[in-house]
Amino acid sequence: MLTRRLRQSVALLAVALGAVYAQAAPPASLLVNHKAPGVVSHDLNGKPLNLAALRGKVVLLNFWATWCAPCQLEMPAFERWQKQYAAQGLAVAGISMDDDAGAVRKTITKLRVSYPIAMGTAALGRSYGGVLGLPETFLIDRAGVIRAQFQGETDLNKIEAAIKSLLESH
Amino acid sequence: MKLRNLSTVAIAAAFALFAFAPTAAHAQFAAPPLAASTVPAADLIQPADLNKLLSGPAAARPLILQVGSKLMFDQAHIPGSEYIGAGSQPDGLNALTTRVKTLAKNKFIALYCGCCPWGRCPNVGNAYKALRDQGFTNVKVVYMANNFGADWVTPGYPVAH
Repeated sequence: MLTRRLRQSVALLAVALGAVYAQAAPPASLLVNHKAPGVVSHDLNGKPLNLAALRGKVVLLNFWATWCAPCQLEMPAFERWQKQYAAQGLAVAGISMDDDAGAVRKTITKLRVSYPIAMGTAALGRSYGGVLGLPETFLIDRAGVIRAQFQGETDLNKIEAAIKSLLESH
Repeated sequence: MKLRNLSTVAIAAAFALFAFAPTAAHAQFAAPPLAASTVPAADLIQPADLNKLLSGPAAARPLILQVGSKLMFDQAHIPGSEYIGAGSQPDGLNALTTRVKTLAKNKFIALYCGCCPWGRCPNVGNAYKALRDQGFTNVKVVYMANNFGADWVTPGYPVAH
């Protein structure tokens, strides 16, 4: 009787854990292993930001916003990686999905972000499959093909491992 | 006994701080945003249930207000919904107050954002509280566990651009 109840409890726990895991799993991306949509803009310092000009580098393209708390937890790591892996060919670029550039300037100053940040548009978001939740980060290989997509709050070790793998693969 | 009471108060204070401060990374807000978890469970509406209402009689449909990002609204939004402004910002709350000023206090209103995972959303808690404080009695918040893309677009619910 006791064993039966124990088995039922374990089964229920497994179902509950499965449900939680399924809810947390991001939907499969249709963009991975496809050419990255173009990004042609200017960063907040007025410098051109053109994804095509970064061909030959591994690019971390991060969509974020000032009102997105998890975004701001990630950005110091991106800043660190940009410096740490620059010699191996990593380039980091941020696209702010804010409506107001003033708030963006304040936040990147506060976070001491030095990599280029450009303001996003609805058209750019749609070209990346609809950036309808933040943060959203794409890793693009040296040939301009998206190799990984991270949606929502992600384990930074996982992103760094993917960067290293791309940097070492060519 | 006094020590025990003190401990209880300290635990309650720590819990309140945790519940009302989703994260420390909110320095850009005039005041710390209220966590989405402050919305009572009874006043949440699941995306599937809202979708059913959308295909039902017009009289049963709520006024749907997006209280998050304009850029996200421009990419995709719930058909018939209106963009108001970020609930975490004074401008957004002012716009919300203006929009509902002439409405009956029992008007069925559904708020949504979907910018971030539920526990990180800085917008819906403030917007919900603002409407309740103004006396609105039939306010629901759409529960977006992950974000608008994952919880509304991906399941195939209708979207307007």
